[in-house]
Amino acid sequence: MEAISFPLLGRQAPDFEAVTTHGALRLSDYKGTWLVLFSHPADFTPVCTTEFMAFAEIYGELKKRNTELLGLSIDSVSSHIAWVRNIEEKMGIKIPFPIIADLNKEIALKYGMIHPDQSKTETVRCVFVIDPESKIRAILYYPLTTGRNMQEILRLIDALQTTDKYKVATPANWKPGDPVVIPAPVTTEGAEERLKEGYECKEWYLCMKKL
Amino acid sequence: MVSLYEEALGGTLFMPCIAPDGKPTSSGLELIRALKNVTLSPEEVSDLIGLPLYRTRSSLRELKDSGYVEEVGGKYKLSKKAEAYLK
Repeated sequence: MEAISFPLLGRQAPDFEAVTTHGALRLSDYKGTWLVLFSHPADFTPVCTTEFMAFAEIYGELKKRNTELLGLSIDSVSSHIAWVRNIEEKMGIKIPFPIIADLNKEIALKYGMIHPDQSKTETVRCVFVIDPESKIRAILYYPLTTGRNMQEILRLIDALQTTDKYKVATPANWKPGDPVVIPAPVTTEGAEERLKEGYECKEWYLCMKKL
Repeated sequence: MVSLYEEALGGTLFMPCIAPDGKPTSSGLELIRALKNVTLSPEEVSDLIGLPLYRTRSSLRELKDSGYVEEVGGKYKLSKKAEAYLK
């Protein structure tokens, strides 16, 4: 049985060199940019086609966030090429990002993209947000039946980049422009001080501010 | 039997910068021209020709493997082979 490993948040993303529709690419080629590495179950399938069109539609927004997209499935590069040409011809949407042809499942296994109870031969709908230092910063796993929400992926990247820039956290349903969360104090003295620091506090451990 | 994947790794399908005859493709030539008389980092090449950084790095590696560019301290310059090709 093939060994499946799962990347962990905060760890270095597993390295790879991949055959893609844009030539041979390595993870290190993305150093200095954010990367959304995502898998889809198979080319020429309905939900995946809607997702690819949706990923293409947010590509411009991702570029504004210094973020690249890289798809993956266990299909050949010829299949990928035929599919993206078909999407362009029939749906009028050009797929601007590369897609990995992971026929030997090497990358899929490293990234825990195959969940045997969903499918033994297809990758589930994974999203790995990898930062400019090649660290895994966020992971999403969706089942074969459920297409992903592109606005959530953008929101997630906005939140991560806001955290990095301002050293703050983001609350539930946060979107850019909303107040952010000040990390909670870790000492009783800090808790006492927090309430005097001028933030908008519900409690000593829940204080927010506008950026 | 050689699979499509193995065939591809042999270089017939996955060399955006180098054609099967070993000569630069149009995208390979664009990079080579960008390096004429200069030594640049991948970031500088990317800015100069507007190619995404990941693509620039991958393409420079390909051109290096094919002998068209040389890497010196993380920067790239044309090899004699590339200079001869441009003449």
